[in-house]
Amino acid sequence: MNATSGKGWRNDADAKVTGRAKFTDDLKFARILHAAPAYSDFVHARILRVVTEAAEKAAGVVRVLTAGDVPGANRFGQIIRDYRIFADDKIRYHGDVVAMVVAETRDLAIAAASLVRVEAEPLPAVLDAEEALRPGAVLVHEGHGSNLVNTHRIRRGDVREGFRQADFVLEEEFRTQSVEHAYMEPEVAVGVPRSDGVIEVYGSMQHPFSTRRFVSACLGVPLSGVEVVGTPMGGGFGGKDDTAAIVCARAALAARILGRPVKMMYRRDWSIRESYKRHPYRVRYKMGVTKDGRITAVRCRILADGGAYCSVTPWVTWRSTVQCCGPYVVENVHCDTLGVYTNNVVAGAMRGFGSPQMNFVVEQMVEIAAAKVGISGVEFRRRNMVRQGSVTITGQKLDGHKVAMGEVLDAVLKETGYEAKLAKCSHGASDSEECYGIGLAMSYRGVSLGAEGIDSCTAIINVQADGSILLEVGVHENGQGAESAMSLIAARELGVSLGRIRYRRASTSTVPDGGTTVASRGTIMGGGAVTLAARELKQKIAEAVCGRLRCRAKAVRIAGDEVLGRAGGERIPFDEAIRLMFQTQRVPYACGVFKGPPVSWDERTGQGDAYFTWVYGCQAVELTVNKRSGRVKLLGAVAAHDVGRAVNPEMVRGQFFGGMAMATGYALHEEIRSKDGRITNLNLNSYRIPRATDLPEMTAIIVENPDPLSPSGAKAIGEPTNEILAPAIANAIFHATGRRELALPIKMSALPDEPPDDECRL
Amino acid sequence: MKLHINGRDLEIADAAGERRLIEFLREDLDLTGAKNACDIGACGACTILVDDAPLKICIKRVKDVVGHRVLTIEGMAAPDGTLHPLQRAFVERGAIQCGFCTPGMVLVAHAFLLKNPRPTRDQIRKAINGNLCRCTGYQQIIDAIEEASVHYRGAEAPAQAAEPAHV
Ligand code: FES
Ligand code: FES
Repeated sequence: MNATSGKGWRNDADAKVTGRAKFTDDLKFARILHAAPAYSDFVHARILRVVTEAAEKAAGVVRVLTAGDVPGANRFGQIIRDYRIFADDKIRYHGDVVAMVVAETRDLAIAAASLVRVEAEPLPAVLDAEEALRPGAVLVHEGHGSNLVNTHRIRRGDVREGFRQADFVLEEEFRTQSVEHAYMEPEVAVGVPRSDGVIEVYGSMQHPFSTRRFVSACLGVPLSGVEVVGTPMGGGFGGKDDTAAIVCARAALAARILGRPVKMMYRRDWSIRESYKRHPYRVRYKMGVTKDGRITAVRCRILADGGAYCSVTPWVTWRSTVQCCGPYVVENVHCDTLGVYTNNVVAGAMRGFGSPQMNFVVEQMVEIAAAKVGISGVEFRRRNMVRQGSVTITGQKLDGHKVAMGEVLDAVLKETGYEAKLAKCSHGASDSEECYGIGLAMSYRGVSLGAEGIDSCTAIINVQADGSILLEVGVHENGQGAESAMSLIAARELGVSLGRIRYRRASTSTVPDGGTTVASRGTIMGGGAVTLAARELKQKIAEAVCGRLRCRAKAVRIAGDEVLGRAGGERIPFDEAIRLMFQTQRVPYACGVFKGPPVSWDERTGQGDAYFTWVYGCQAVELTVNKRSGRVKLLGAVAAHDVGRAVNPEMVRGQFFGGMAMATGYALHEEIRSKDGRITNLNLNSYRIPRATDLPEMTAIIVENPDPLSPSGAKAIGEPTNEILAPAIANAIFHATGRRELALPIKMSALPDEPPDDECRL
Repeated sequence: MKLHINGRDLEIADAAGERRLIEFLREDLDLTGAKNACDIGACGACTILVDDAPLKICIKRVKDVVGHRVLTIEGMAAPDGTLHPLQRAFVERGAIQCGFCTPGMVLVAHAFLLKNPRPTRDQIRKAINGNLCRCTGYQQIIDAIEEASVHYRGAEAPAQAAEPAHV
């Protein structure tokens, strides 16, 4: 439980538990100005004029900025450059910002922002993804030619033949809702003009490098002219990429124009109104199965509402496509995925990234199919799940790592006593007020970006003359403990004590771009880079001291802060070895670059080695449903995930619990509600995230199968924990009540007096 | 007017009484441990203790705490920086992720344990119900509070936060 054992250790815990940690809004800057965004009440409209005069004259106002004040590109985006710093031609959703008011105090900025008016020609809004695709639909982006953002497909085998071989064909339609990340810290950014002309940015954002791209494009300056400084951040969950980067760009813009530090701190209602959400999905799913419980074919159509701007919709929906059959082997698959523009709030990255939606579908479909065949859901899963050497629906052979699907499933069955409890489920018939149910779900998940992006990460280890070590990695601390994990990996690989290592919070100007800390890739990619850097450093140390140790460089090892050669030979303290290096003009400095192993993808057929490795997870939940009120009470939840290697077990457990908690909200009550395109639950009183009393006791089972393709052995855990509890809850509700819930969030009403038809028990 | 914060008396001008308490603490006193996450009293990130009872201060004025004993997270550790046993439990049990909810969570738990040093896990859940955490699922927070509760027991003086010298 301390720095030496590494258990439960965090480099930033003391600062956070004492209030010393400085988040962006806690930083102080002399002569700082404050900025507030101005919105309009339109949902879709052509802008004629943004009227700022009244705001400009208001008390304390220094400047009002609009699209015309942007010296560089007003439009930016990671895939399509359609996201605006300020709305220019049209308002495309209710969260579009038309202007920014900069004033001496935040209150004055907010007061003046309400005086900004927009003269515009209202346009009909398209608020339904299906409607957006109809011929003649109103276009969100006229220049794009249609509301279709992107498509993906899988064509494998022959689905018609597959359905011919089936004894049963099942077909259902599922819907999932829009949900908010609800990071506790709303977006905030400070832009600071530096005397050397560089604009420094502090902000609550998930990815300093992507933020820097936004800022430099907006200001029209080279990347080297912007320095984004990593700052402790109050949660991200995928939600602090584009929107957070734009908030940073606005603060930087005002700072540059006005020559003073400018802070833009978001109110919660602005954050919910403007920031991107998890995509709502509509999925039609058809599955063919044989009498003996084998899946013969799947046909599905996935429709994702991307909202007003592209953001990362093509990447989110790509993952949904690759994982559209869950962890099951299916020979014949026909999948069409469509991402569309609407005038709804933008949808983008959120923990899970396209998998929570699909798992909600697939993990219920397998149970529906199992019931039809007359076997248990567990048995059905066993007959179809991926095993060592299986070929996925995209044609990838799973042989580069341990396929642990059965292992995690067994772990959960054993821990819960699943089979015995399944027999006790109420199926709508119960003597008491409460109906009892247990349910589970499982998944596999491609690690890191996969064929959706270029994957590499860099780490720098810089040993100081006294043997203390500065470590810097191109991943970002989002609250998950990335800095601690990187430090632990470095200490272990170098054979030195953790106390030597000082994690140097990276800025974009000191370490190469390590790609976004998304896709649960921080530990595997950053950890890979750290491991490679550590190996390079050890090599350098070995070359420097092997003469003195009278052995070959190859024979030199470091352990317990000592450098050793042959057994029984001399041992040199680490500090001493470093001193020797400096004396002989060798610099104990190493830079490791980990490149993701190759992946491949054929967009035409949807075939290829989509991800270089995969993780496996299974979760089960027990609950009761009250017959009169429909109230669902969670009694307990158990999860098993293969994480490769658990670098920091206490932090890994934290990822389990946090992900599962978030998934209970997704399953049962979280939902962005809107009326005519305007969000109505704009704060944490009306957008309800799980509270301590909503949650059951949770159990985390860490399964470790170090991955040969990961230098540190570690894989991923952030997202897997968040992607399967919703279907597990739906399955448990079915076992409790006999009702199949195909839409999220699950809204239970009173149960009928008569239990439902018994046909589909199990 | 007098404020009593973290063991220190502080004389403030009458005019300051109308200021928003959260801004006053964060901006004037640089006590930035209390966070503003909702501004409407819905999340608990801004919690401080007033006479050992939790108070969400985003909806309060300075005058609301005049004459009372105020404890912010900055006053929990001993003056020499030694963590309070409750803080140590948060660190060791992995109860901290992003840390944005942590100051409020620690203070709410402290107030609760002063009153109830032998709580059940369900009682702990109820006690922290008004404080939202999006990262941890509360499990390790509850573990930490449960573990720290032993330090609040016994006839001997309860584990009051030390009265530190820094405001
Ligand atoms: S900020 Fe005060 S309760 Fe949320
Ligand atoms: S630790 Fe992030 S909100 Fe609680």
